[in-house]
Amino acid sequence: MDHEKMSKTIDEIVARHGDRKPIVAILQDIQEEYRYLPKEALFYLADKIDTSIAKIYSVATFYENFSLEPKGKYVIKICDGTACHVRKSIPILNALRNKLSLSETQKTTPDGLFTVETVSCLGACGLAPVMTVNDKVYPAMTPESATALLEELK
Amino acid sequence: MSAINKPRTMIVNGRPVPIEGEKTLLDLIRKAGFDVPTLCHHSQLSTFGACRMCIVEDKKGGIIASCSTPPKAGMEIKTNTPRIREYRKMILELMLADHNRDCITCEKRRDCELLNQAQRFGVDTVRFETYSMDGTKDMSSPAIIRHPDKCILCGDCIRVCDEIQNVGAMDFVNRGSNMEVMPAFDMPIAETNCVNCGQCSAVCPTAAITIRSNLPELWEMLNDDNIIVQAQIAPAVRVALGDDFNFPYGTNVMGKIVAALRKLGFDEVYDTATSADLTVIEEAAEFVERLNSGEKLPLFTSCCPAWVKYAENKHPELMDNISSCKSPMEMFGSVLKEKAKKDAAGKKNNKIVKNIAIMPCTAKKYEIQREDLKMNGEQVVDLSITTHELATLIIESGLNFKDLQPEAVDMPFGIASGAGVIFGVTGGVTEAVIRNVVNPENRSELDEIAFTGVRGLEGVKEVKLPFGEERVLSIAIVNGLRNAENLIKAIQSGEAYYDFVEVMACQGGCIAGAGQPFVIGRARPERSEGMYNADKMSNVRTSQANPVTEALYNDLLSGDNAHRLLHYK
Repeated sequence: MDHEKMSKTIDEIVARHGDRKPIVAILQDIQEEYRYLPKEALFYLADKIDTSIAKIYSVATFYENFSLEPKGKYVIKICDGTACHVRKSIPILNALRNKLSLSETQKTTPDGLFTVETVSCLGACGLAPVMTVNDKVYPAMTPESATALLEELK
Repeated sequence: MSAINKPRTMIVNGRPVPIEGEKTLLDLIRKAGFDVPTLCHHSQLSTFGACRMCIVEDKKGGIIASCSTPPKAGMEIKTNTPRIREYRKMILELMLADHNRDCITCEKRRDCELLNQAQRFGVDTVRFETYSMDGTKDMSSPAIIRHPDKCILCGDCIRVCDEIQNVGAMDFVNRGSNMEVMPAFDMPIAETNCVNCGQCSAVCPTAAITIRSNLPELWEMLNDDNIIVQAQIAPAVRVALGDDFNFPYGTNVMGKIVAALRKLGFDEVYDTATSADLTVIEEAAEFVERLNSGEKLPLFTSCCPAWVKYAENKHPELMDNISSCKSPMEMFGSVLKEKAKKDAAGKKNNKIVKNIAIMPCTAKKYEIQREDLKMNGEQVVDLSITTHELATLIIESGLNFKDLQPEAVDMPFGIASGAGVIFGVTGGVTEAVIRNVVNPENRSELDEIAFTGVRGLEGVKEVKLPFGEERVLSIAIVNGLRNAENLIKAIQSGEAYYDFVEVMACQGGCIAGAGQPFVIGRARPERSEGMYNADKMSNVRTSQANPVTEALYNDLLSGDNAHRLLHYK
């Protein structure tokens, strides 16, 4: 990673957030920029906002939404909230994992194209089972429609 | 009686207890004479409320965490109901399910708070399956060892490291049942900004963080006839070791320590307070020089290795302001090694000389390994053991410490001034340096210095001192690195000006070092008093009046040697 460019990006993000320097909001912006939280960026941020790197790492590992690994070009989130779960979201998850040779620990394909993860609720229970790809919502999915969607995205 | 004057009381276990400004129920209950168990509560840290051992029952049957509830007039609580006892037992059982229970071989077996409470509440079985033990230990640091399998997630280490020391080397990572305490990215602790102060181990209720023991190496040396083993005993050790042998807090057991060390096989026993006198002379000279030139002020003290490391990490811009003097321990090591070299010159079959420092401190274990303190590539102090390790050494040896007859330290370094002794308490270094700069001629002048405000266990103190015809020196004394950080910020923003700043990392100074037998929140006043009493009892009160220092400057430290041996490279 180009250190100079990275530090400039982080400087801008921090400046946007004013004096209170909210860690979570800053991390969200960093993740939006890089699609994950690069280690280098976190160390730079710790210095920048005068917070220990341990604290930043603590926040980054607490929230499921933050990723310390690079994510794929397409981030697929399958809702496993109660409504989606009872309307069979897990078979969709399994179908996608099978198709892409992913697992609970291996969430991103080696080619960096797809990341498959679950979320606890997307708040779209009426559309269950629901999934999102890069925040675009796909309602009433089945294992078949989900794998078909993969082909489309490729 | 008007409502305002009516005493505010509440009922604890059926008896009224007045509320006298206690911030929490816990403080009030303890005042009433009941020891409520806690695993995550330290009065000097923020309230956390994680362990739930301090729960009490109110009269409606509600369960309250007493550490985080303020007392209210009219409240009625009970601390030992069957329900509370059952819950506490359950809490302990759940903690123990996620805890490595090799208690017999555990470093903390003598003073483990978790073990104490398991005994107190009669936890005889653990019904739950033990999980997440992976046996990893972080052995990277010379000062502390991390053993996460023994962590109960109380967070005490995190809070002391952040709130008191402003270091933040570790924090909680992940969440729920995957939560652990570790440095960022699970780095080895030695690769973080840890300053080795060891306060995390001092507050840890289990053996999740312990102090690295160097006793095996020491036993080897003591039993090797080809080695001359020298000991130097730091000032603060003498008023704390007694805790481990049931002496009242603050008892000065220096004479017994000397006797014990001789019986254990140490060949020469010295007092680090003697070399503290050298530190005073060198540092005072440096101070006066800087006052005259007006450069590199304020002068920051350099005897605390945790502070020096902190400054290197966070304030490299201040390195010129920090005194170039070595710490008393390192000065003594250098002088003793130089003397050994001189004595050995031209002779055959010389024995190896090893210098062992007995310190209240864990950061000293790191300091002795510093490259910039080595002479000819070798450490001048070979091992640094803590007060608590000395207690262990004595217990392991089977010596009856209590009945030992006091003995005096060895010549030719057998005299230390009272100024050297008070190095062990916050403000002591400053007072000693003032004594050197002012050069008091009688006891009442000494008392005047004592009453300038240098004494006391507060985190930040300020002293004004007339100097020369018209100058007034401004001096700050801080302990706790967060206090130091705030002071540095004030200095750098121009809000405050000081000529001299004494920094000690531990709260109260070395008397509360992490190597001491730890009595949380207690014993500091007694140990401090013990230090000042030792000073009062000395027949030499100022460093410059110590005949040992004079003899040294005429001999071993003559010419350039003083600078070569007593200052950082």
